[in-house]
Amino acid sequence: MAKYFDSSPSKIKYDDVPYEKKEELFQQVKSDIRFDDYLYGCYECGICVAACPSARFYDFSPRRIAQALAREDVELVFQQMNEDVWDCSQCFSCLRCPRGNNPGGLITIMREVSINNGLRTAKEALEGYSRIIYKIMSTGTQVSPDMLQPEAFPDWGPEVKQVSDNLDLWRRALPPETMHTTTTSWEVDEKTIVELYLIWSMTGVMDLIRNVDKNLHMILTDVMEERLEEAGYEAN
Amino acid sequence: MATIPADGVRSTLAKKKGGFFRRPEDAPVDLREETLRLEAEGEWIVQRVAEPYVELPTKYGGKKKVPLEHTWHHKSCGQCGHIPGYSTSIFWLHRALELDYSDPKDQTSCTAWNYYASATSNAAAQAGVAMRNFAAAYESGYYPVIHCGTSFGHYKEVREEMVHHKELRDQVRAIMKRLGKPLVMPEEIVHYSEWVYAVRGLIAERRVYDVSNISVTVHPACHYYKLVDEDAIYDPEIYGGQRTAIVSGVAQALGAQVKDYSTWFDCCGFGFRHILVQRDFTRSFATLRKMEVMRDEANPDVTLTHDTGCVTTLDKSQFAAQGHDHKVSIPVMSEAQFAALAMGAHPYKVCQLHWHSTDYRPLLTKMGIDWEKAWAEFEEEIESLRRGEKEYLTWDDVDAAVPARSVALAKRGYTPSRFDGQS
Repeated sequence: MAKYFDSSPSKIKYDDVPYEKKEELFQQVKSDIRFDDYLYGCYECGICVAACPSARFYDFSPRRIAQALAREDVELVFQQMNEDVWDCSQCFSCLRCPRGNNPGGLITIMREVSINNGLRTAKEALEGYSRIIYKIMSTGTQVSPDMLQPEAFPDWGPEVKQVSDNLDLWRRALPPETMHTTTTSWEVDEKTIVELYLIWSMTGVMDLIRNVDKNLHMILTDVMEERLEEAGYEAN
Repeated sequence: MATIPADGVRSTLAKKKGGFFRRPEDAPVDLREETLRLEAEGEWIVQRVAEPYVELPTKYGGKKKVPLEHTWHHKSCGQCGHIPGYSTSIFWLHRALELDYSDPKDQTSCTAWNYYASATSNAAAQAGVAMRNFAAAYESGYYPVIHCGTSFGHYKEVREEMVHHKELRDQVRAIMKRLGKPLVMPEEIVHYSEWVYAVRGLIAERRVYDVSNISVTVHPACHYYKLVDEDAIYDPEIYGGQRTAIVSGVAQALGAQVKDYSTWFDCCGFGFRHILVQRDFTRSFATLRKMEVMRDEANPDVTLTHDTGCVTTLDKSQFAAQGHDHKVSIPVMSEAQFAALAMGAHPYKVCQLHWHSTDYRPLLTKMGIDWEKAWAEFEEEIESLRRGEKEYLTWDDVDAAVPARSVALAKRGYTPSRFDGQS
């Protein structure tokens, strides 16, 4: 397959696909229930770009995202789904748009479609991120105290090592009893975890995970099915 | 002493052609009205904000009810996980002000940090998670108050989507039915910083340290006031109503000097995905666009903010920047931690400042807090835990530091219409 190369070395290389596939991806973006609430047209004023943190550090423009989708430029939308959408900070500063657009929200939808379709660039963007997805989906909290390891966060200063070295004692030295945990942010009870698994199961999120990381899907499925069965539920 | 020139802002705006004042008629659809309409149509139950509550002004001149107690605390992943003094301080403030709260275990993360980072979810799953938490709060009889700015912003997005899309409501209703829970939407979606703002007068009254010599910069959290913006607190008395009043109003009530800087609208650089797997962007943005600008334009003693990611990013990013010869060292904490410190909370047992990276000790010294003595006290507790004399530090160990003076609301002549947080 042909490879596209951007002049910027930071840009991700991606595989070309037939136009019909690009059109299908665009239609998936457009058919999301939120799409019409997020895009009303574009004055080309550039206020969103001026407010955008990612535009200051990457070859990235929320204005181009809104324009490409408004013009239904299928080729450019496909290019943006591969090259641009993972640069977005999702801060939603672009909601300053005087036209009422939500470029950050449009990017959320484009990312979701990229994941749903297992685009290679989406998998690459999430490399190194699987353990976070595992943590949030399996425990119901996103970051845990035991993630604070000096080798993972060398740029956060020597305090990270102190936290890591004293983790158990320092967690026990927290007055709220829900926070005496080291592997989750707070203590989540068993029934609540099972309810969360049912939500993932009933909304197709597990299928989505399979598209982006088969190994993660397998591990999560094992964990979830066992606890769901113990609680008297079937996973599907 | 007011340190934010609200009058100056107002007079400048009045001279501008056409003015820049927001009008109630320009406000978007009132989601609270729509929420109540859908309840009348039998779509869901609305959990009402019960008294005692305070009505605070919103961006387009509306009013938002903020409950003062009997609140169900929707905790934050990053706060509890990596900056636990943040959550502990919020709870400590409730205890110190004698306002009842619940710290539940039947709460999950909103999962929005992961959603904004990886998109490995969808609108129905996100709404399902939100509505499961809301149902849990409703069943407890306590009202949900949300600690994380991203959870708050995302839940407002969920409410908007649920109001506008019947097919989404039907899908989530089916999920709730399988969970054996009711479909419940709160009358108001409330962020903890709105509660802090509502009780700022009570906090100021119980201040035990003079902070009038402390200069503060404020970073307003993007997901608090940019997502579904009409729901954020804007007070004409602070910044002339041109920026959200949250955090600034608390620092001002405490008597600190709130200083301005030009990049206040910029995000912190958190980036959701970037903070975990692409931190070169996060570090650069936080240092170059926020902390160095604050240093050069305001030279604050501390930066206050009101969200998980902002405290993490702005605090943790400074260490690596110093290695690249960017000489910036400004302590960063939540306004809840700052307020608790000013009220006499223990800097380590309550505010847990040893989990922070940037040196906070000069700030404590300037506030008049003996941090060396406080650290020795904390280490004593740690030794006690190590020796097995006790299993945990408990609220009993830290509540004793609170002056035993009742601030029960009834004694303060509380009524919803006239209690403005100022005693």
